[in-house]
Amino acid sequence: MTLFIEQCLNGVQFGLLLFLLAAGLTLVFGIMDLVNLAHGSLYMVGAYFAATFAAWTGSFVLGAVLALAATLLVGMAVEVVVMRRLYGRDHLDHVLGTFGLILFFDELVRLVWGPEGLSLPLPWWLNTSVTVLPGFDYSAYKFSIIVVSLAVAVSLYLLVMRTRIGMLIRAGASNREMAGALGVNIKLLFTLVFGLGAALAGLAGLMQAPILTVQIGMGENIIILAFVITVIGGIGSIRGAFIAALFVGVVDTLGRSYLPDLMRVMLSPNAAATAGPALSSMLIYLLMAVVLVVKPEGLFSASSK
Amino acid sequence: MNARLDLRNIVLAALLTALALLPVYAALTHNLFLLTLFTRIVILALAAVSLNLILGFGGMMSFGHAVYLGIGGYAVGILAFEHINSGFVQWPVALAASALFALVIGALSLRTRGVYFIMITLAFAQMAYYVVAGLARYGGDDGLTIQKRSQFFAPLNLTDKTQFYYVCLVLLFASLYLVWRLVNSRFGLVIQGARSNDTRMRAIGFPTYRYRLVCFVIAGTLCGLAGALLANHTDFVSPAMMYWTRSGDLIIMVVLGGMGSVAGPVFGAVALLVLEEALSGITEYWQIILGPLLLLVVLFARGGIDGLLASLSLRLKIMAKVRA
Repeated sequence: MTLFIEQCLNGVQFGLLLFLLAAGLTLVFGIMDLVNLAHGSLYMVGAYFAATFAAWTGSFVLGAVLALAATLLVGMAVEVVVMRRLYGRDHLDHVLGTFGLILFFDELVRLVWGPEGLSLPLPWWLNTSVTVLPGFDYSAYKFSIIVVSLAVAVSLYLLVMRTRIGMLIRAGASNREMAGALGVNIKLLFTLVFGLGAALAGLAGLMQAPILTVQIGMGENIIILAFVITVIGGIGSIRGAFIAALFVGVVDTLGRSYLPDLMRVMLSPNAAATAGPALSSMLIYLLMAVVLVVKPEGLFSASSK
Repeated sequence: MNARLDLRNIVLAALLTALALLPVYAALTHNLFLLTLFTRIVILALAAVSLNLILGFGGMMSFGHAVYLGIGGYAVGILAFEHINSGFVQWPVALAASALFALVIGALSLRTRGVYFIMITLAFAQMAYYVVAGLARYGGDDGLTIQKRSQFFAPLNLTDKTQFYYVCLVLLFASLYLVWRLVNSRFGLVIQGARSNDTRMRAIGFPTYRYRLVCFVIAGTLCGLAGALLANHTDFVSPAMMYWTRSGDLIIMVVLGGMGSVAGPVFGAVALLVLEEALSGITEYWQIILGPLLLLVVLFARGGIDGLLASLSLRLKIMAKVRA
């Protein structure tokens, strides 16, 4: 039973991490109508910055803060240099242009940091476990990921729904020209939104860094998951992304840990050994295909409101 | 539809002639590497031509087209592993499996539009990727080495590099002809009409969903053929053949060459793969040049190579008229 609770918490933790990625993606998607494949590169860059800055300063927290600021700046620079020119083009151009950016970032990272991965060691105060329930301990670091991501999710909601800048973002999303005509500096606003999305991706990257190694191409796998979440949740809907991210995180984690056993009960051991891992890896894609076939616009489509 | 003698067609004819004569040059200079490289280029050009049919003419932005490379390749690989080496069995199975897969995912995906279509085709390709990676009997993640290439009747021997190159080239030419006939037929016009305005096409009575589905299946089948060739070329198949970045490569070839032009993807495949080869000769970090180059093509050269040739030939024509 404790194992099951632990797996559920792992799923929630993974889902929240995915939410940080998907939130940036869906913001940029919904507001600028931009498909950004290079979002995974910002995730990677965030992790590399964190590993480097943490090694320089000798402090995990200081390293993380510096990495966040640096990823924000990189994101804003990318928006000014490249993305700004892609708004209003069709999605094929976005896919292709940002695919070019992925190649560029991967190679740049290889040039700067070398082909071997980095590691980001945890400070002693996170490298322990906490007692969540009596008799049930959980990794303090994973627990803190959950807390930080939830806090970010809440502040993101408050930022978009309750502040002036959030109001401007929503205005820019629903009618770009009209908001511009009313005196909103749309260009600056979009740069800020893109930077915010980049910082969220960087945060996800640096939080994932101590669990996995920091390596080139780490963004390529996870960005597809983030896209799946944006699509399931409905493009442009942060609430949808949140629910879909949690759902995908839990389904994926539980699927990976229990599906092979479940298959063994139903199928011959040989067939189960083949089908189990394959089926658990494709579970979320299957989920997305089902959602799209039933509701072609996603579960919480922002445009259908 | 009439083939005119303008710059585009001259360059295309030159390229196709050069491709046809390449083995002669390779034999004279004993440059086997060149032949191997261009066999790969011809095979991927075939895949890009098939993608262009749905992407360029049909406006169906599939982001999972490399999946058929994998299906065609694995059909050959798995049959060879089970000691069925006849190409007369392997290739039809490769084509049929690709067609069937395209039919199923097309039927589901074509219900969606825009970004959702991009993502659902991607999702299906990723599913196939994980299924194949889970096939423990056939190598799983590590892939499967093919011991014997497809066997055909006596004089035809695919292990001969020159013969194999010509087989690939003939199939490329045949598929170019097929696509050219297709897009200029009534069927092709319906497909292109549905790209421009689907609602209007349906309003005047065309069941565009069915037309688009057929087009999707034809493109998938052609790409499955390219997959069967690729498996024979590398004597190896692995799930990496259908990873999403490979689909990205195919899209690059199509757009680089020029979307919606029958021969454009051939230009694109040659340009991209030769460029890769040349850049990797200059620096180990060649992608740092390729990436921004792609961006520049997207931003400033929408029509790709074919578009550049077309505008160049227009300019030549105007200059000739001014002079006259």
